[in-house]
Amino acid sequence: MAYLIVFGPLLAAIVAGLLQKQIGDRAAQIITTGLLILSAILSIVTFFDVAVGGNVRTLEIARWMAVGDFEVSWAIKLDTLSAVMLVVVTSVSSLVHVYSWGYMSHDPHRARFFAYLSLFTFAMLALVTADNFIQMFFGWEGVGLASYLLIGFWYKKESANAAAIKAFVTNRVGDFGLALGIMAIFFVFGSVQFDEVFAQAAGETGRQLRFLGLQFGALELIAFLLFIGAMGKSAQFFLHVWLPDAMEGPTPVSALIHAATMVTAGVFLVCRAHPIFELAPATSAFVTVIGATTALFAATVGLAQNDIKRVIAYSTCSQLGYMFFAAGLGLYSAAMFHLFTHAFFKALLFLCAGSVIHGLHEEQDMRKMGGTYQVLPWTWILMIIGTLALTGVGLPILGIGFAGFYSKDMIIEEAFMMGAAGVPFGTMAFWVGIIAAGLTSFYSWRLIFMTFHGKYRGDPEVLKHAHDSPPVMLVPLVLLAIGALFAGAAFKSDFVGKGALTFWGDSLPAGPYAEYNYGAGDAGDPLVSNAAGEAEHVDDAAVEAVAGDSGEAATTGSATAGEAAAEHGEAQEHGDGHGGHHPPTWVLFMPLIVTILGFLGAVWFYLMRPELPGRIAARGGPIHAFLSNKWYFDEIYHFVFVRGARGLGDLFWKIGDVRIIDGLGPNGVAGTVMAGARRIARMQTGYLYHYAFIMLIGVLGLTLWLVLRAGV
Amino acid sequence: MTVQTLLADLSLMTPELILAIGAMVLLMVGVFAGKDELKVARLVSWLAIGLLAAAAIASMLLSTGVSTTAFEGAFIHDTFSLYAKSAIYLAAIVAMILAINYLETEKLARFEYPVLIVLAVTGMSLMVSSNDLMTLYLGLEMQSLALYILAAFNRDSQRASEAGLKYFVLGALSSGLLLYGASLVYGFAGGTSFAAIAAAAESDPDSLGLLFGLVFLLSGLAFKVSAAPFHMWTPDVYEGAPTPVAAFFATAPKLAAMVLIARVLTEPFAAMADQWQQIVIVLAILSMGIGAFGALMQSNIKRLMAYSSIANMGYVLVGLASGTQIGVWAVLLYMTLYIVGVAGTFGVILSMRRSEGMVERVEDLSGLAQTNPGLGLAITGLLLSIGGMPFLVGFFGKLFVFYAAVEAGLIWLAVVGALFSIVSISYYLAILKRVWFDEPRGEFLPAPAGVAAVTRIAGLSTVVLLPFVALLFAQVIRAGGGIGG
Repeated sequence: MAYLIVFGPLLAAIVAGLLQKQIGDRAAQIITTGLLILSAILSIVTFFDVAVGGNVRTLEIARWMAVGDFEVSWAIKLDTLSAVMLVVVTSVSSLVHVYSWGYMSHDPHRARFFAYLSLFTFAMLALVTADNFIQMFFGWEGVGLASYLLIGFWYKKESANAAAIKAFVTNRVGDFGLALGIMAIFFVFGSVQFDEVFAQAAGETGRQLRFLGLQFGALELIAFLLFIGAMGKSAQFFLHVWLPDAMEGPTPVSALIHAATMVTAGVFLVCRAHPIFELAPATSAFVTVIGATTALFAATVGLAQNDIKRVIAYSTCSQLGYMFFAAGLGLYSAAMFHLFTHAFFKALLFLCAGSVIHGLHEEQDMRKMGGTYQVLPWTWILMIIGTLALTGVGLPILGIGFAGFYSKDMIIEEAFMMGAAGVPFGTMAFWVGIIAAGLTSFYSWRLIFMTFHGKYRGDPEVLKHAHDSPPVMLVPLVLLAIGALFAGAAFKSDFVGKGALTFWGDSLPAGPYAEYNYGAGDAGDPLVSNAAGEAEHVDDAAVEAVAGDSGEAATTGSATAGEAAAEHGEAQEHGDGHGGHHPPTWVLFMPLIVTILGFLGAVWFYLMRPELPGRIAARGGPIHAFLSNKWYFDEIYHFVFVRGARGLGDLFWKIGDVRIIDGLGPNGVAGTVMAGARRIARMQTGYLYHYAFIMLIGVLGLTLWLVLRAGV
Repeated sequence: MTVQTLLADLSLMTPELILAIGAMVLLMVGVFAGKDELKVARLVSWLAIGLLAAAAIASMLLSTGVSTTAFEGAFIHDTFSLYAKSAIYLAAIVAMILAINYLETEKLARFEYPVLIVLAVTGMSLMVSSNDLMTLYLGLEMQSLALYILAAFNRDSQRASEAGLKYFVLGALSSGLLLYGASLVYGFAGGTSFAAIAAAAESDPDSLGLLFGLVFLLSGLAFKVSAAPFHMWTPDVYEGAPTPVAAFFATAPKLAAMVLIARVLTEPFAAMADQWQQIVIVLAILSMGIGAFGALMQSNIKRLMAYSSIANMGYVLVGLASGTQIGVWAVLLYMTLYIVGVAGTFGVILSMRRSEGMVERVEDLSGLAQTNPGLGLAITGLLLSIGGMPFLVGFFGKLFVFYAAVEAGLIWLAVVGALFSIVSISYYLAILKRVWFDEPRGEFLPAPAGVAAVTRIAGLSTVVLLPFVALLFAQVIRAGGGIGG
């Protein structure tokens, strides 16, 4: 079964890719989509088997290579972490496949497109089911390749090619870090198997490693290098530049690769390698900072973008930042939870955007949209659902909300708790999370208002022919919307709540929230959180002894509630002995408040006073320019790296290569050889006496040589 | 000398006797067979081929595996000489096949040609069996005199006459050197038989007289294999002589002379290995260098092949320079594979006939792969094999030659050889570039059946022989078993 999940898409890719001329577009679509849907169904079955049934296992397929101690196998590792990823990848992928039937219906190269999609899915599955770093790296590179191919799918478009190259090159930087990290792992542990490495990790905490002439803690260095890889793939700050440009690819690709799956590979990597990251506090702090910075940065840039897909792309970037700072703070399960819910609502948003673009005949500029909710009613409703999920709308009191509410608020609240407990940058992460949440709300609603409300600003001809999407595109949207609505509520307990204690098995720690609230044998109803959040808090507080300090708490289950309350300043502020692992109420409400503020801001700017933004943009304040130019990252990179690399390349080419290597090497040698050849040819005069002379000289020379040698 | 011993001695010489007597008979046939010169020439040619085949069969049948001498030790009969003889006879047959049609179309068909070939082969046969300086010189001169005439066979052509004359004068000079060396050796060794020389060398390896004799002797022999700096005649003669003659020059005589050198160095002068190693190394490096660089500027494919043969003799000498038994094996293997390659290549050159006549410039091969794919493939395989590209058979020749040098501690020589090999591969590739990538410049006329067969078989063998290289090597080891080391 697991084989079929992983290799079904590969088979589909091969058949559709290599036989596209023979079988035609239609058959290629049917084969790829069919195998993907099968794969998705089997994934869900596997998910229940593995995550719920606890049937964790590793299927060894074949020995890949064995060089000395270096042994790598192809394997399918099935634990809860990979099972979650299997479900996310295959379900989103199959929905995207189906959606693409409609979206790509006019494209002449559909078979190629579907082959790439399936190839991507295979690589992603190989990545998540790896049981060693090398296979994961294979998948890692495989998704990079597929991403490159799909971004540049419309290869006749110059910007698409440029974007594909940009994505590939930027990812190379990260992949280089990852490769170095894997090498360091092999160097330190003598193995690349996850199990062996993680089991030994605790024993290597004191080890030092020399790198670039400096001493580093081995685990810190490994974690750092792995994170560089994660930064590249997940478009984190500094290496994020490729993601917005990747929107040149077809929209289903953006939904699948650049929102739901591939870009989350970095988060997956950090979670998979959490035993190493847990032992690398400095790197974890770095992860937190980078994640928080990305969350804030991308959200600010998202405010000023006018391309509908770019807004969502920056939103993705920002949400990935959330996941990373959660992982950096040690909240791996929360990060995975957000990854899970994010996959649904972000894919939904992208596909909705695709639906808009499709409906408005390839129009992507939001300034040329507006008032389209009447012609695109389904898309409008679904996109609002996606936006509500993204902005995390929900009622903290009742604990009811959209998917993002559970996962994002969990991250923000836990960040606060970690900050209070003294984890570095926790408090900063919390405030960044709050601010970014407000910005998220603003740009998300801005997108909705600019696209669907107000007056239509585009070409009237386009509006006349505008149409809502066909059912084949709407059905996946509806399914994703269901996920965006309920995925959070349905899985909160399993991912981060009470169920997390057993749900993750050995693959991930359940996270502080689950451990403190339920870890000490709390008998309370796990679904209480859905019923009444605050009440649950009170109940839990009575039973739960430990609060705050994670290091201490992990071992002490015996501290009294009073002590816990004393340790926990915020809890006291919150008042009346709510000593459990719960942030104060104001923290719970903060995300909602900023979300509402963001919403109101968007309403004010884009519904009530739609002329305001234009005026601000026209006035061209430095802040607006700064934001709409994406903090000038592309310009800086162009100046430093592109120009720098070109200058360096010129130097190496003109002086190093042409003058030194060619001059002394091929050209020089060839010149010498030809000169020698000419001389020898000239010696061949044709005169007999010359020939005889040379012969005699030869005899003389040989004799002399021997005589001299003999020393006579 | 009783009749018995005489008969026994003569029986060891069966192949030579067949050829010698046969040559006389052929001469008579040629003179008395009839008036139609063309018919007579053809008849004599085929008879000569038959004769050579008979000699080849006889030499193969005679192979007993033991080494015996005849005529008071002047003539040696061992596996080494028999292997060389078989190879020479077969090479001569191929050369004859290549010649027949050419001579007819070029109006050179005369019955003397096959007779001269047979006589030259008789001389070579004696050379490889010589065990005495007298036999050596006898064989050498017999071969050379026939070859001088062959070089100038197209006597109405100025170039051919010039080539023949040059070859003759320089050959006389080399013979003089050789004789001078022989007399020095005789003076210091007190005998002309190889056994006597060996004994003298054994007793005084540093004898300056013997050393001088050796240098002159080797110089004379080096002329025959066209090793630099005694190579000067080669390009002119290859170019001037009729192509089949050049093809013959490049194969059988080279093998005979090289085998002779190997025998002279490893048997009578075995004790002086340290000294002659130096000479051979110098000859090898010069030959490889001049062969590699000289060919770069050539536009005439026959001249180019002349330089190629100079270079290849250099590689053979590298093997010989090792002074070990492996070296001798490598020499035999290399020569065998080289002859196959060269015979095929000359087959291709002989196929370069347009309606206006023979052409022999490199650019005439342009686009051969399009106009005549079979020929194009054949020349590709042949040239790459001669150049020593893995994995064509020629590669193994070079491999063993260098291996022998490395085994003997001459790693630097192997490196130098490999570097020259890189240079030389460039002109083979330059030809192949014309063959495969340039625009065709007119087609060649279909080659005569014999030539075509030689080309195709030789071309194929560069690949087909691959599995049998080990077999061939075993044969070579058997042949070289008694000699060297």
